[in-house]
Amino acid sequence: MELDLKTLTYIVVFGSFALYFGIAWWARAGTTSEFYAAGGGVGPVANGMAIGADWMSAASFISMAGLIAFLGYGGSVFLMGWTGGYVLLAMLLAPYLRKHGKFTVPEFIGDRYYSKTARIVAVACLIIASLTYVIGQMKGVGVAFSRFLEVDYGLGLGIGMGVVWVYAVLGGMKGITYTQIAQYCVLIFAYTVPAVFISLQLTGNPIPQLGLGSTMADGSGMYFLDKLDLVVTDLGFKEYTTSVLGNNINMFAYTLSLMVGTAGLPHVIMRFFTVPSVKAARASAGYALVFIALLYTVAPAVGAMARYNLMNTIEPAPGENLVYEQRPQWFKDWEKTGLLVFEDKNNDGKIQYTSDEKTNEMVKVDRDIMVLANPAIANLPNWVIALVAAGGLAAALSTAAGLLLAISSSISHDLMKGVLTPDLSEKSELRASRIIMTLSILVAGYLGLNPPGFAAGTVALAFGLAASSIFPALMMGIFSKKISGTAAIVGMCSGIGVTMLYVFQHKGIMFIPGTSFMGGMEPDWFLGISPNAFGIVGAIVNFTTAYIVGIFTGPAPVEIQEMVENFRSPGPAGAAHAH
Amino acid sequence: MTTKKLTYWQRNLRLIATCLVIWFVVSYGFGLLLVEPLNTIRLGGYKLGFWFAQQGSIYVFVALVFYYAHAMNKLDEEFHVDE
Repeated sequence: MELDLKTLTYIVVFGSFALYFGIAWWARAGTTSEFYAAGGGVGPVANGMAIGADWMSAASFISMAGLIAFLGYGGSVFLMGWTGGYVLLAMLLAPYLRKHGKFTVPEFIGDRYYSKTARIVAVACLIIASLTYVIGQMKGVGVAFSRFLEVDYGLGLGIGMGVVWVYAVLGGMKGITYTQIAQYCVLIFAYTVPAVFISLQLTGNPIPQLGLGSTMADGSGMYFLDKLDLVVTDLGFKEYTTSVLGNNINMFAYTLSLMVGTAGLPHVIMRFFTVPSVKAARASAGYALVFIALLYTVAPAVGAMARYNLMNTIEPAPGENLVYEQRPQWFKDWEKTGLLVFEDKNNDGKIQYTSDEKTNEMVKVDRDIMVLANPAIANLPNWVIALVAAGGLAAALSTAAGLLLAISSSISHDLMKGVLTPDLSEKSELRASRIIMTLSILVAGYLGLNPPGFAAGTVALAFGLAASSIFPALMMGIFSKKISGTAAIVGMCSGIGVTMLYVFQHKGIMFIPGTSFMGGMEPDWFLGISPNAFGIVGAIVNFTTAYIVGIFTGPAPVEIQEMVENFRSPGPAGAAHAH
Repeated sequence: MTTKKLTYWQRNLRLIATCLVIWFVVSYGFGLLLVEPLNTIRLGGYKLGFWFAQQGSIYVFVALVFYYAHAMNKLDEEFHVDE
């Protein structure tokens, strides 16, 4: 008997949840060291896998291939930007932060800049960047549930929050680490299986990375990418393999913002505190990138092939358009969600999909549906579709958990233990961090349910905020022995300030439509740089103001300079997690 | 700072600089700035510039991070600062 899709999806999704709960119970945290840094005993391969899941969010799993499908070559900014940052992280930050051996990013900043103010500013930057990011994950959870399990968006969100609550509050970093390893396996399997099938169908090559560069399996002998270029240009769209995003300066700035932002995201940096040594920190950056590259080199194939399949379904041969009444089941399913909209403008009962707004009848094709609809478009079996649902949820939940831990540890460890109530006992701190984690989940859930106007497309913004505030402060703290606390504080504030100002002036104050005072349109952009790509300009402002202020304040004290010298080389293992 | 520590740090900085030059060339160079001339060359069905932007640069990134980790481990041993 063939199980129907809904039952099958329930089995696969709740099976994966049961697995996460089992792991969470097994990996309960008993100390603050376990709660914040998994006791510092995670091996480099395991940590690499956990970083992979921590890092690859609903945006990577669901949205990215869809963006590439419609942007073509322009989508390269996401591929290079979200991987190239690990090169910066591995060489410029991770080993030294691990050697210094504390639990959180603001704690490092507070130590290096010998200032509680610096620590508090870092906490504020961290919360702004992480909160924008977590809203996107919560929305991803809600959408995946409502589409695949056919439950209400709010209920789906509630279930997702409950799952994260169980293993994040129970296990802290330790529980999150081991569930993330399981979630990585689920998400990478769910991502590559449909890609392998589709690549095989279209090109006869089961490896998507090679299939994308192979000839079509239809016997025409034509290369797949040439065929795709031909199909899209015939309908008036820009050539797939050469279409740029905005202009060249924008692509350059966008890629750089995403790279620097990636290296500055606190929930990723935190993961390097969980390994036992500097050597392991360097190696786990490498393993993390391997596990991330597995998905990121498949994504271009998923995007291009999804685009081809979509076009080919609607217009199998030039002039032979699909009759609307004969549309396939997946088309009807997505029409119900409002993410796919057809409007018969010329009343011929057939679907015309072109780049010309007047004749185009596919009035809405949401980019986010491409990965989720992909298996159905390619006629893959139901269990593959169920797997994609579980994979999307794994991606969203694992990232949400990492972000929530970054937020709650910065409050309980940096604000409470570090600044407000330094004599907090370990037991009370552990209890406090669990309570704050619970509150963070509730706030994130509330924001996911009532997304402020800006929620859509703000994930890219989180990178700009991290790039302009946290990354420069960390890098200067390591590569300059002399840069002073005041200089770093002014740098962080002006970097994040300029970036937020640019975003607000083009997208509205607090993203309220109509309050933008510079106009949101491309002609008003500084050098044609889009607000999402502006983080790198903020980072340059941060570096520059810090340098100038540093001239006036003079160098950091001698004992700080000695501390910097100490964390620049591995030396005998420090008192890392002993505190 | 002792000369030994200074040399260790300068060797690290030189290694980072070398890696970042390669990092820049494969992504910003081949993938963005030189994409048009490179696209005249084919790698199977891929235009070469497009391949660097969507595949090649990522493979090079992975190799760079492992190379850096390997080279630093050797440097640590040479300077007896390994853990």
